[in-house]
Amino acid sequence: MSNSGPILAMRDLLFCYKDHAVPVLQGVTLSIAPGERVGLVGCNGVGKSTLLKLLVGILSMQQGTLEVSGLAMQRENLASIRRKVGYIFQDSDSQLFMPTVAADVAFAAQNYGYPPEEVAARTRRALQQVHIEDCADRPVYRLSGGQKKLASIAGILTLDPELILMDEPSAALDPKNRRNLIEILRSLPCAMLIASHDLDFIYDTCTRVVLLHEGSVAADGPSERILQDGDLLARCDLELPLRFQRG
Amino acid sequence: MDRLHRAIKDVHRLDDLAARDTWLNRLGPLPKLLAVALYLAVTLSFGRYQLSGVLGMGLWPLLVLELADFAPADALRAFAPAAALLAVVGLCNLPFDRAVLLHAGPLAVTGGMLSLGVLLAKGLFCFLAVWVLIASTGMEAVCAALQQLHFPRVLTTTILLIYRYIILLLQEGNRLATAYALRAPGQKGIHFRAWGSLLGQLLLRSIDRAQLVYESMQLRGFAGTFPLGPKKHGGWLFLAVTVGYCAVFRAVPVFELVGQLL
Repeated sequence: MSNSGPILAMRDLLFCYKDHAVPVLQGVTLSIAPGERVGLVGCNGVGKSTLLKLLVGILSMQQGTLEVSGLAMQRENLASIRRKVGYIFQDSDSQLFMPTVAADVAFAAQNYGYPPEEVAARTRRALQQVHIEDCADRPVYRLSGGQKKLASIAGILTLDPELILMDEPSAALDPKNRRNLIEILRSLPCAMLIASHDLDFIYDTCTRVVLLHEGSVAADGPSERILQDGDLLARCDLELPLRFQRG
Repeated sequence: MDRLHRAIKDVHRLDDLAARDTWLNRLGPLPKLLAVALYLAVTLSFGRYQLSGVLGMGLWPLLVLELADFAPADALRAFAPAAALLAVVGLCNLPFDRAVLLHAGPLAVTGGMLSLGVLLAKGLFCFLAVWVLIASTGMEAVCAALQQLHFPRVLTTTILLIYRYIILLLQEGNRLATAYALRAPGQKGIHFRAWGSLLGQLLLRSIDRAQLVYESMQLRGFAGTFPLGPKKHGGWLFLAVTVGYCAVFRAVPVFELVGQLL
């Protein structure tokens, strides 16, 4: 990692969509250390995806401070920030737009001006990291849902991101692909912020959980503690992960 | 719904064909682009009554289709809508150009009939040539070749974005049409009362999808120009053969000579 400070630091962040009276996010303060895997949970419409979009500058906050890898979230830093932060969309079909898997995975490295040999090496390595090297020359539309998700992840790994943001990564995955994704995410060394309703998935991948409720952070702590606190989850319109409901 | 689904498959089929490993696919895109551009220029240079000359130009795309192992049905199916349009244009000319130019047995062939044939033949051969180029090269490589010819980057990027947007539009249209058909069993087509709302939905949804794709591109460093993949080399012999072919068939009325010999 390039610095010893937090990879992500936000303080009192406020965001309100145009024409909306109530802010979606208000007073959100959060810090993520290098290599830390953090789950972002909360009920529908609480602002999880909005928060992720703020972190890569797709949306702009109205108040607060936000630093990614020591860089303040400003227009002139946007390219540098996006180079350090990878974003995985919920819908992989919207993320993959090149004709073949290899072309899509190489897209970012090519855009950042790496020489062709370096682009090829990074593409190969990224595909190996998510175990889909045999899909390299396949057209994107021929991939299964699970393979598309992995190809999306490979597409951001080519730049060696310091932080990966994921929006509902386990949505529409079958159990085997879901388990495979968990293993792959655990093997990656970078920090992650994973927004999901799938609390079992969060429990399996993240050591820390940030619980959003009514636009603010309702709880922030170790996964074991927060995801087993039935009262807290119920107050935030969530339920215990399935593994803790059975017994 | 079927038509939209088929259109999506046709676009994907072009990508599949471009990913094959045939001798034509292995050639560099620049000589292929130049060859096709030359072929188009020569084919379109024939006069509106020069049917025999235009028919001679038809050998080139047919030969390439055959040698590169393309199924002509793929190309002809894609040509059908354009053929209908050309036929309408040609038919409109029939009443205005009624001078009899020749007799084919008992049939008096007027200028309108001849120009209709020339228009259809030119349209077909030019379409086949362009189809062969895209199906053996891929849209990215064609745009890379255009950039080598110093075409403005903004133009090549626009072509690539439109190519992707078409697929996206077709996919959204197909989803909407499927959702409609499933809730309107037994109904043929889409009722005209639903056209307005469906078109509005199609526009909004495809804009949303396009926005997401654009965000994905921006987040991966897209700054207005598409990075085009590694260059392929070779293909200059193919260009030379095409130049020779075009020169011979443009300068010499080959079909007429063969007819006289027979």
